Amino acid sequence: MENNLLSVIIFAPLAGAAINWLVGRRVRNERFIATVACGSVAISTIVAFYLAFNSHGALRTEEPLLDHIWTWLQVGNLRADFGLAMDRLSGTYALFITFVGLLIHIFAVGYMHGEAGFYRFFAYLNLFMFAMLTLVLADNFVLMFVGWEGVGLCSYLLIGYYFDRKEAGDAAKKAFITNRIGDWGFVLGIMLTSFVTGSVSFFAHPAAGEAAQTALSFFRNQPVESFTFGALFAGGATSIAILLFIGAAGKSAQIPLYVWLPDAMAGPTPVSALIHAATMVTAGVYMIVRCSEIFVHAPTAMFIVAIIGAATALFAATIGLAQNDIKKVLAYSTISQLGYMFLACGVGAFVAAIFHVITHAFFKALLFLGSGSVIHGMHHEQDMRRMGGLRKYMPVTFATMVTGWLAISGVPIFAGFFSKDEILWKTWSAAGLGSFSKVLWAIGAVTALLTAIYMTRMMVMTFWGKERFDAHHHKPHESPWVMTIPLIVLAVLSTVGGFIGIPYAFANRDINVIEHTLEPAVARMPDSVNTEHTDEHAEVNEERLLAGVSVVIALLGIGAGWVLFQRRPLLQMPRLLENKYYVDEIYDATLIRPIEVASREGLWKMFDIGVIDGLLHAIGDVVKEAGRLARYLQAGFVRGYAAIILLGALILIGLFAYLGFPLAR
Amino acid sequence: MEPQLSWYLALSAVLFTIGTTGVIIKRNIIAMFMCIELMLNAVNLTFVAFASFFQDVTGQLFVFIVMTVAAAEAAVGLGIIISIFRNRESLDVDDASILKL
Repeated sequence: MENNLLSVIIFAPLAGAAINWLVGRRVRNERFIATVACGSVAISTIVAFYLAFNSHGALRTEEPLLDHIWTWLQVGNLRADFGLAMDRLSGTYALFITFVGLLIHIFAVGYMHGEAGFYRFFAYLNLFMFAMLTLVLADNFVLMFVGWEGVGLCSYLLIGYYFDRKEAGDAAKKAFITNRIGDWGFVLGIMLTSFVTGSVSFFAHPAAGEAAQTALSFFRNQPVESFTFGALFAGGATSIAILLFIGAAGKSAQIPLYVWLPDAMAGPTPVSALIHAATMVTAGVYMIVRCSEIFVHAPTAMFIVAIIGAATALFAATIGLAQNDIKKVLAYSTISQLGYMFLACGVGAFVAAIFHVITHAFFKALLFLGSGSVIHGMHHEQDMRRMGGLRKYMPVTFATMVTGWLAISGVPIFAGFFSKDEILWKTWSAAGLGSFSKVLWAIGAVTALLTAIYMTRMMVMTFWGKERFDAHHHKPHESPWVMTIPLIVLAVLSTVGGFIGIPYAFANRDINVIEHTLEPAVARMPDSVNTEHTDEHAEVNEERLLAGVSVVIALLGIGAGWVLFQRRPLLQMPRLLENKYYVDEIYDATLIRPIEVASREGLWKMFDIGVIDGLLHAIGDVVKEAGRLARYLQAGFVRGYAAIILLGALILIGLFAYLGFPLAR
Repeated sequence: MEPQLSWYLALSAVLFTIGTTGVIIKRNIIAMFMCIELMLNAVNLTFVAFASFFQDVTGQLFVFIVMTVAAAEAAVGLGIIISIFRNRESLDVDDASILKL
């Protein structure tokens, strides 16, 4: 179905960015800039909701909404259009991106108040919305890659927003360069896809002249590749899947490319909430789920995705346990939760992954914005060791962050419980992994415990206990309403957002909205029996039992955190964890230093100075020497010139005498 | 014995060579100038000799043009020489190897 309104979703923020960049920088009026920025995102939000939920909306029909804007590339068999598509998956994504994005824009109006770069910040933020929505709504790999790079660029610009601070500039470069490594995999994956399938489109669109066979539907009839190491290099679905996963690991901060995300916290807090928690970092999950048709045919790749996801979840959670910067805790928590999403993708629970993306967007955006509110109220203090007892100074922030805390810890009825439990259950019951699924489940469960502990530590250090700052000197204050209202809305969503995905086992009725919505849009694991709606009694009981275990784990974690940190909020955590396992130092010593030394000593001093400069200097010397010799011809003595003329004349005459005079014949 | 064409040409060649050598080895501007005139007249002699040999008046006409140009050239050249002498108090060409004063 054609629908030209789709382009409004992506172009409204682009227009907002252009207006703020060109006009906002001149008027310098915060009210004007904020209206343009929030208004453009609001237009996107309204259009996205309309297109998703109207009578032929994207979430109600099987057919995607398509908008072929123009034919972009047509080279041989490769055809990539600037075309948008909204199906159930991208529709779901577009909904929460626009909505959470709108709330964060509103919050940022308060948070960034008085900044000199106000217009710049909102121009970048709007540009980010454009790029993110392009990524999600793109109907082919190539346009998706454009959005993919666009969000990377905006991430770079916004991390480095405080460009006068060195660590912000360094963090921005680190994020950009680390993402390049992932993008290398993504680009190769796209190329391999187009070689193998002859198409880069997600959806067939014969009316616009595209091939009926798309990059995804090509795999539908292919056999599942073998579960062997060699399949990785066979050039089929497994190779494509693992290359795409490298891209996803870069963007979504998975081991070993996660190192940029904690540093990215150098950007303003709304940026951390929007880009580095709710939307951009989940682009990797989106891409894998979009390509689920490829992944289900690549068991080796799925296995690697699951392992990397589980390892990242556990690894980041342990680091998060020992951080003292409030935003660093949340950053590692984000990495850990992203690990969960990849674990879900790896075991084939694509819907559960998306469900967790959505709830995570709610509660992590809430926690980040709450931390932003705390930082704002504490006059830009981020170290939790100098906080404490804030709950009586900022009651609204406190109350909303409590819901975020309970949600991420996995306390029932809060959103995080349902999605996390879904992932753990799907991991436990994953077919095709045998007893290894139980190991993955155990890792997930331990991570859940650690999550509850470090979040409790963060809450206790921030809001409870003695005030570890000079309250008379600078008194903490509650944030203005533009900041608290988004917090309240997100708190409500973090509380009730999980109800869209209540599993069958709890309600005994089929009310899992998210699963019904997304099920047609993702691929099914080929070897799995339909476990989703089984009425088998034992399995339902097992699921309930596991859910009970999850609840116990969550409460245990909160309790342990409370007991450990309530009295001693400054308890020294293990140095190894506080120093993040020295991963940055290891990368520095094993990768960055050698590259630096090789570049300086080899490329610069030997190749550049020796070979390139040497070659140039040699050419210069030859010319100089020739000039020095030729200079004698121009001595300035008339008789010398006369002699040269005579010599020339004699040579010419001699030549004619020898060869004969041609005109005479 | 009738004078042959080759006699004229030989004389002309000798005169031209003397002129050329003079231009190259003389330092005095006046002497160089006179050598140039000698070269021109050596060529003129060739023209006249060929004109008589081929019974064609074109060569003789051309001599008039050469003589006219030589007269003009002599006027300009002598003017330059006087100007140089005024500025440098010397007729040595090597003293005038630098264009500026």
